Amino acid sequence: MKFLVCISNVPDTTTKISFTDGKALNSTGVQFIINPYDEMALTRALEIKEAAGGTVTVINVGAANTEPTLRKALAIGADDAIRVNTEPTDAYLVAHQIAEVAKKNNYDVILTGRESIDYNSGQVATMLAEMLNLPCITVATKLEIASNEATLEREIDGGKEVLTSSLPFVASAQKGMAEPRIPNMRGIMAARTKPLQVLEATGDEKLTSSVAYELPPAKQAVKLISKDNVADLVNLLHTEAKVI
Amino acid sequence: MVLVFAENWDGKFKKSTYEAVSYAAEIAKMIGGNCVAVTIGNVSDGDAKQLGKYGASKVLSVKNDKLNGLVSQAYSSVIAQAAQSIGAKAVVISYTYTGKSIAGRLAVKLKAGLAAGASALPSSANPFTVRKKCFSGKGLTDVVITSEIKVVALNPNSYQVNATGADAVVENFNATLNDTDFKVQSKEIKKTSGKIALTEAELVVSAGRGLKAPENWTMVEQLATELGAATACSKPVADVGWRPHHEHVGQTGITIAPNLYIAIGISGAIQHLAGVSSSKVIVAINSDAEAPFFKAADYGIVGDAFEIVPKLIEEVKKLKAHNN
Ligand SMILES: Cc1cc2nc3c(=O)[nH]c(=O)nc-3n(C[C@H](O)[C@H](O)[C@H](O)COP(=O)(O)OP(=O)(O)OC[C@H]3O[C@@H](n4cnc5c(N)ncnc54)[C@H](O)[C@@H]3O)c2cc1C
Ligand SMILES: Nc1ncnc2c1ncn2[C@@H]1O[C@H](COP(=O)(O)O)[C@@H](O)[C@H]1O
Repeated sequence: MKFLVCISNVPDTTTKISFTDGKALNSTGVQFIINPYDEMALTRALEIKEAAGGTVTVINVGAANTEPTLRKALAIGADDAIRVNTEPTDAYLVAHQIAEVAKKNNYDVILTGRESIDYNSGQVATMLAEMLNLPCITVATKLEIASNEATLEREIDGGKEVLTSSLPFVASAQKGMAEPRIPNMRGIMAARTKPLQVLEATGDEKLTSSVAYELPPAKQAVKLISKDNVADLVNLLHTEAKVI
Repeated sequence: MVLVFAENWDGKFKKSTYEAVSYAAEIAKMIGGNCVAVTIGNVSDGDAKQLGKYGASKVLSVKNDKLNGLVSQAYSSVIAQAAQSIGAKAVVISYTYTGKSIAGRLAVKLKAGLAAGASALPSSANPFTVRKKCFSGKGLTDVVITSEIKVVALNPNSYQVNATGADAVVENFNATLNDTDFKVQSKEIKKTSGKIALTEAELVVSAGRGLKAPENWTMVEQLATELGAATACSKPVADVGWRPHHEHVGQTGITIAPNLYIAIGISGAIQHLAGVSSSKVIVAINSDAEAPFFKAADYGIVGDAFEIVPKLIEEVKKLKAHNN
């Protein structure tokens, strides 16, 4: 079973976000990590590989500064890594780069995260699937593979759906897929010598661009209500906030 | 022309569909042409016609037994065909789970840039600029779509429903279905039945580790029932099995944007806030006056949940009795 897991390089979840001149993320002091959903996808790929054999390749579309994140994926257990050398400024561009790599290798399963926690878009999986003309199961919470058929569970509005798909396919991982693993010392050592291939980008077509950033308007200070006047809270919610 | 995908659930529309149609009708005013809706599946003509109220001049109704379930791949193909048939320059869908399963595919089919998770009307039609949240609600960004056709996926609960129009004309639309669009087979649908679905709820009551034990959720559920709210929880509570995983909100759980979010005994960690900070009104109840949730909340009570929640239930009951 050949897996390709798409890894997005994102600010750590505790990062306090600020922007430089409203034009870009201020990355001073920001720690970058593997996008949490991608880590779940990676772990599930490793679990299946360990049980049934195969390889797990990780791919990132990004500049050289994302390599520590790819090394971390190798330390967790991926066999090899690919970096496509271009700034990931548009989902179409990213999906196209990954599709070009996928066309040259016969992956059985391509996994992404449900969304990247920087742009929160959740576009890459379905775009990639369309470019490769493959089925795609989004926001998947479970994945099992047996004799060339995959069984997945995905979130749908108002519940969950169990589905089967032929291979190859694309799926985007949601919580539930697997519990992320913490890399151990042996993994970290091994990661240093695992292959990390750098490819040049194919084409540079973009369909969107993020032109400005700002912080959400500051919240007004909280209105505190005494614990002895719970009725006041209910009144405020009814008459002032008008939400109940 | 603007096409809007009017999503239905078992043949019925929900508020997010009306939001999307109202939003698409506004975009049609900005870029010119009409707003046309497309429905897929078993929507009655009577219901379809109603979309006119929200601004659709015409409804293309696609009925085919193969499309009764959510076949994401086929749905995106049908919507793309509808868009091409009317020469749509913009396509609007709701960014529900259904929307998430089709948006990117639809955009690639139309060679269109996609603004996924839009939270407001475009601030300008040329360049076509749409605002959306980024960094899990910690930032906002303006996305410019540079392609000729634009796809906008609108976040539920972020645009006002506008119901001032008249009935729409309903027409059958025959889309060509492709066998390769049916490679995924649905085996079972597990509905979170009976209760109010968290992602659609307008009111949410949520609790965290401060509640100390699973049996203490009785009062949380009671408050939710009195309010007509859905229940949610913090991650650690779902991790230890006190609450089901589908209730976990936050960075790694679900993201919600209800009108009211009541957080009981939840500290307000940044990863938790990432999933709820877009709520219109936030109430925090916490025994620790220094709990970070108070910085994100609109209203707060410092005190013991075991004392406050029962009182809150009583007061809500009184309010409801008074209003009836
Ligand atoms: C990568 C990553 C992702 C994460 N994703 C999520 C996520 O998606 N969602 C999420 O929720 N968390 C997430 N977390 C965990 C998050 O950091 C916090 O640990 C978690 O939200 C804390 O849950 P809590 O507030 O219920 O518990 P605690 O932090 O233990 O807080 C309990 C609160 O209850 C209060 N309290 C205690 N007793 C009472 C009482 N009697 N009455 C009233 N108040 C009381 C306390 O003062 C305290 O503020 C994530 C963490 C990481 C590292
Ligand atoms: N630059 C990138 N390189 C590789 N994979 C990516 C990149 N950006 C996004 N992805 C993948 O696509 C998923 C969805 O990302 P997005 O569409 O940006 O929300 C992520 O969880 C990743 O798996």
